Amino acid sequence: MIHFGYGVMADATTDYDRNDRRIAEYLLEHEPSVNLCIGCGSCTAACSTGRMVEFNIRRLHTLIRRGETLKLKKEIMKCMFCGKCQLVCPRGVNLRNVILTINRALEQTG
Amino acid sequence: MYKNIIIVGGGIAGMAAAAALSEIGMEVTVLEREKLPGGHVRSWDRLFPTLRAAKEVLDFLNKSLGLLTEIICDIEVGSIVPTPGGYTIHCTNGDIFTTGCLVLATGYDLFDARKKEEYGFGIYENVITSADLEKIFREGNQVTTCGGQVPRRVGIIHCVGSRDEKVGNIYCSKVCCVTGVKQAIEIRQMLPDCEIFSFYMDLRMYDRHFEELYFEAQQKWNVNFIRGRLSECAENPDHSIILKTEDTLTGHPLKLTVDLVVLLVGFVPGSSARKITGSLGLLQGTDGFLLPADEHTAGNRTLLPGVFLAGAVKGPACVVDTIADGRATAVEVYRYMKHSEVAK
Repeated sequence: MIHFGYGVMADATTDYDRNDRRIAEYLLEHEPSVNLCIGCGSCTAACSTGRMVEFNIRRLHTLIRRGETLKLKKEIMKCMFCGKCQLVCPRGVNLRNVILTINRALEQTG
Repeated sequence: MYKNIIIVGGGIAGMAAAAALSEIGMEVTVLEREKLPGGHVRSWDRLFPTLRAAKEVLDFLNKSLGLLTEIICDIEVGSIVPTPGGYTIHCTNGDIFTTGCLVLATGYDLFDARKKEEYGFGIYENVITSADLEKIFREGNQVTTCGGQVPRRVGIIHCVGSRDEKVGNIYCSKVCCVTGVKQAIEIRQMLPDCEIFSFYMDLRMYDRHFEELYFEAQQKWNVNFIRGRLSECAENPDHSIILKTEDTLTGHPLKLTVDLVVLLVGFVPGSSARKITGSLGLLQGTDGFLLPADEHTAGNRTLLPGVFLAGAVKGPACVVDTIADGRATAVEVYRYMKHSEVAK
């Protein structure tokens, strides 16, 4: 086979129809308040972790709800459970439990 | 008692103005193009944000018209010509009315969704408008796909024909956001297993109880809100529709298949108003809707003596504001008649 020097890149599009949404479904079942998010970014702005390293909790849980979980395990470990995100959320999303529930879902789905 | 006030348009603005005028003892004639008064509200099933029946509001307005109101239906105004001391109204059936005092309550038209060709309305059978969906509710029918199946997923598309320079409308139609939220809830009430995806740029929940309805849609009905303007619809061989957008909150392009698409069509200036504007020389805003004499302090008056504006002829408005505006017009008409030479 001729080697062209490049390969086929993974599609960067979120394919909602094909994505594995098991973690999303587990999360929505056990912490339904996550659906109240309006994407304001208060959580990310208040985040203790996000001040020091690349960590965007608003984007992360939105990605999970779309079934985008590829880099999830490593990312979610960054949270220090300080709970500031939950204090500032204007919609009353229980964000600490969102992260805890995601961890539990990861344990269960492997 | 003042006589011979003519209201062009028997929608809710015209009806509210007529009711208020007849209540204070003034004789009013309403000219309505359709076979029945009520305008766009006649095609609504339940009204946002409380989901009360639209028919209740129409029944209330019908009952409040009073003995001094005459409604002439099935009559279309062709042109209005200024004459010394008043106006002559020429109808397309040849009827002529003369008056010293005229209220234009001709309302709006719905955006023609075919102009947004990339969304496939008029091309793909499973793409319908919010007005089509409201009609399904109003007639008590089931929401189905074109093949008669129960949809498992429905996409609701906000801002169709609004906030879009590409169709020439940069203004916001105000009420589509909450209509979309209302209809999402109604679909979930009818079809509990159907998933709803709403694609929006902003959700403008500007009025009382609107934000609470949005909250309820998320909390109780699990409606999925995805922030991103729909880029295009494409049809699968089974007539389901692939939606493409950017999920701007994750920063990823996103594609998603739905069985039915509902386009939330906005307001455009009414064709009847355009016709009348030409013959009367009334001012239009850059958005094409009619302009009052002063948008802050004289919202129902025009620069022409004895010509008033009521309701959505001045731009997008909800039912509550339109009825209030109709009544406000009645006060302006009364003040004018009281001081006018025409009345004496």
